[in-house]
Amino acid sequence: MKENQKSKAPAEPEAETVAESVEEIVQELPSQDDPAVLESETDPEDAQQVQEEIEKLKKKKKVFKSGHSSMTRRSMRKWSWLFIGPVFVSFIIGFLWPFMQGIYLSFCSGRITTIAKAKLTGFQSFEKAFADETFFHAFWFTALFAVVSVVLINVLAFAAAYALTQNVKGSNLFRTIFFMPNLIGGIVLGYLWSMIFDGLLDLYTTTNLVDDATYGFWGLIILLLWQQIGYMMIIYIAGLQAVPEDMLEAAKIDGATKRQTLFRVVIPNVMPSITICTFLTLTNSFKLYDQNLALTNGKPGRLTEMLALNISNGFANSATRGMAQAKAVIFFILVAVLGIAQLITTRKREVQQ
Amino acid sequence: MKKVLALVLAVLMVVALAACGGSGDKKDEKGHVYWLNFKPEIDETLQNLAKKYTDETGVEVTVVTAASGTYSTTLTAEMDKSEPPTLFVIGNQQGVKDWSDFALDLKDTDIAKELNTDAYNLYDDSGKLVSIGYCYECYGIIVNPTLIEKAGHKVEDIKNFDTLKTVVEDIHKRAGELGFDAFSSSDMDDSSSWRFTGHLANLEYFYEEKAAGSTWKECPASITGDYLPNYKKLYDLIINNSLTAPTDLSAGGHDAEAEFKDGKAAFFVNGSWEYAAVSEKVPNAVMIPYYCGVDGEEKAGLNCGTENCWAVNSEVSEADQKATIDFMVWLVTDEEASKTMVEQLGIMPYKNAAKSTNGFLNNAAKYDEDGCYVMDWATNYQPNVDEYRKDLVSALNAYNADQTDDNWAKVKEAFVDGWAKQYKAISE
Repeated sequence: MKENQKSKAPAEPEAETVAESVEEIVQELPSQDDPAVLESETDPEDAQQVQEEIEKLKKKKKVFKSGHSSMTRRSMRKWSWLFIGPVFVSFIIGFLWPFMQGIYLSFCSGRITTIAKAKLTGFQSFEKAFADETFFHAFWFTALFAVVSVVLINVLAFAAAYALTQNVKGSNLFRTIFFMPNLIGGIVLGYLWSMIFDGLLDLYTTTNLVDDATYGFWGLIILLLWQQIGYMMIIYIAGLQAVPEDMLEAAKIDGATKRQTLFRVVIPNVMPSITICTFLTLTNSFKLYDQNLALTNGKPGRLTEMLALNISNGFANSATRGMAQAKAVIFFILVAVLGIAQLITTRKREVQQ
Repeated sequence: MKKVLALVLAVLMVVALAACGGSGDKKDEKGHVYWLNFKPEIDETLQNLAKKYTDETGVEVTVVTAASGTYSTTLTAEMDKSEPPTLFVIGNQQGVKDWSDFALDLKDTDIAKELNTDAYNLYDDSGKLVSIGYCYECYGIIVNPTLIEKAGHKVEDIKNFDTLKTVVEDIHKRAGELGFDAFSSSDMDDSSSWRFTGHLANLEYFYEEKAAGSTWKECPASITGDYLPNYKKLYDLIINNSLTAPTDLSAGGHDAEAEFKDGKAAFFVNGSWEYAAVSEKVPNAVMIPYYCGVDGEEKAGLNCGTENCWAVNSEVSEADQKATIDFMVWLVTDEEASKTMVEQLGIMPYKNAAKSTNGFLNNAAKYDEDGCYVMDWATNYQPNVDEYRKDLVSALNAYNADQTDDNWAKVKEAFVDGWAKQYKAISE
């Protein structure tokens, strides 16, 4: 809260200057637009007349403008279906319809083969899902994973972004290199890292990555950090570059230390980036699937199984499909609520520039 | 001009979309065949046979192969379509439970009359013949006789667990001097663990069945684990007399097939489908049963069974059903077609099908002729199989890392208690 007040205080006097400049612009507007006005302005005697003419011109312009835009609007209305249609149709086919079917199936249980033959049974599948220990284990494992990875990714990505915006030599090269892991698919990453981890573990222990849930957990964390820091770093760099120079200068003149500038000026100003990044990392961690599948596949047993993998494993057997679908619906609600809650709380802390 | 262009583009798009939706309206009274195949390795053969059949008879045959490990989900999706498969695979009791509603009763059909045994057919509770085996397979321990002889032994001398143990331990002890080891690696990663959690485990289930005096017709709610000590005997022998140290097995990454083919190992736990690959390098390779120290195992044969069972969709038109059955009959009676199938699949249990060229399956037939008992695939009844095996793999991994009694107790828990647990998980 302190930061909010601080940064708002200098903004108030600025508001007045803005208002003034708006008036200036309005006065200048017609003269820029019309050479006739320029000429008449050289004659101070007929100020009144000029003013009237300006009004007329303005009106004309308005009429023309609104006529033009209504025309555009009309043709936009006429053709909008063409542009929206395909996306809308694929959205229905690829998302909305399957989603509704999913909700329907979550209320079916027993052996589910085809959708046509599924039988509605009410909340049985949800009861089963809530009685499933592995689901709860997966939930807590995922929650812990999300907390650790959100904190680590954001802190490290911000640190990298901060370091690379300090006019370091070769910072563009570093940015590219840091971003590159993000271009590799999760499955490939998972297999690559499982080899790296096993190679390293071989040097010091006789255990392998898939033998120990603790190794599995940290393996997943390291993998995700390696993959996502670069991406989040790019977002933070964009945020950092948008911090107004004059504010930084003012802070410098006021004698703020680097630390103070960072925490009192820079961070409040990059709050929008922080919002986006925490949102992305949080939902990414909750939805993590391919990395999990390729690195540990839930091993040992189902101890490193995250929510998404737990759900998809339930589809292997027709008798547990209803339950898996119920889990998927619970999962959707969970991720949606988390995401929205997180968005609201961080939005509150954002600073208007 | 722009408007015209936009209109043209819009029309094009609609046409394209429509084209995606409604292809193949040229069905006629001849019917057509749509085979959803579950073995990626035989896809090419089937495509060629389909084309040949269409050329000969004019009946349209489509073969679609589900990607490895996705047959069940692919079938689920395909069955919901307006043109579902007419011919598909119901390979085990789980499949019968799921898909029996969609299967035509094959009793007394032309294809059923071609069969020479009922052993590989699947029935549902009401006695409906849901699916019929089109080939069967066997698994056991593949042996390289040349290497055994090099070590001063004979394959023929291996008659039970004790004789197997003598040979294996002797080879392992002298591995440095001989230049090869006894067993190839028994990796526990997903590409290999099924050999031990699925196949090798079969010996326990089978002897339990045998002791009870009847073969399972459906998944029992629990098992006793009475023969788990026998499983342990053979398992210990395999992991402790191998090219790879037991502690390195969980990570995987060893190519057991290549180790055997390159003559680095004399024993290889696998099945008859390996024959084509193995016989390239080891033409005289033979398969022996899982000897595990059970009384009277000198009379044991190989583990024979199948998941390759054809079912005909009952929900398609009669013309399609007839076309499908005709196609099946052609596959098992036409000289050339059945020869191609047998080369790929091993043995086809049909009167007029070509004779098998698969050495391991011929071993299986020889054991049968000698009056040995066939170890049937009781392992197919493993409840909620993926989850069951997952727990077993992790328990075995812990045991591999440290072979203590405590760790074996955990294997037992996964093996025996896990069965009951998973049975409960999938029963309504």
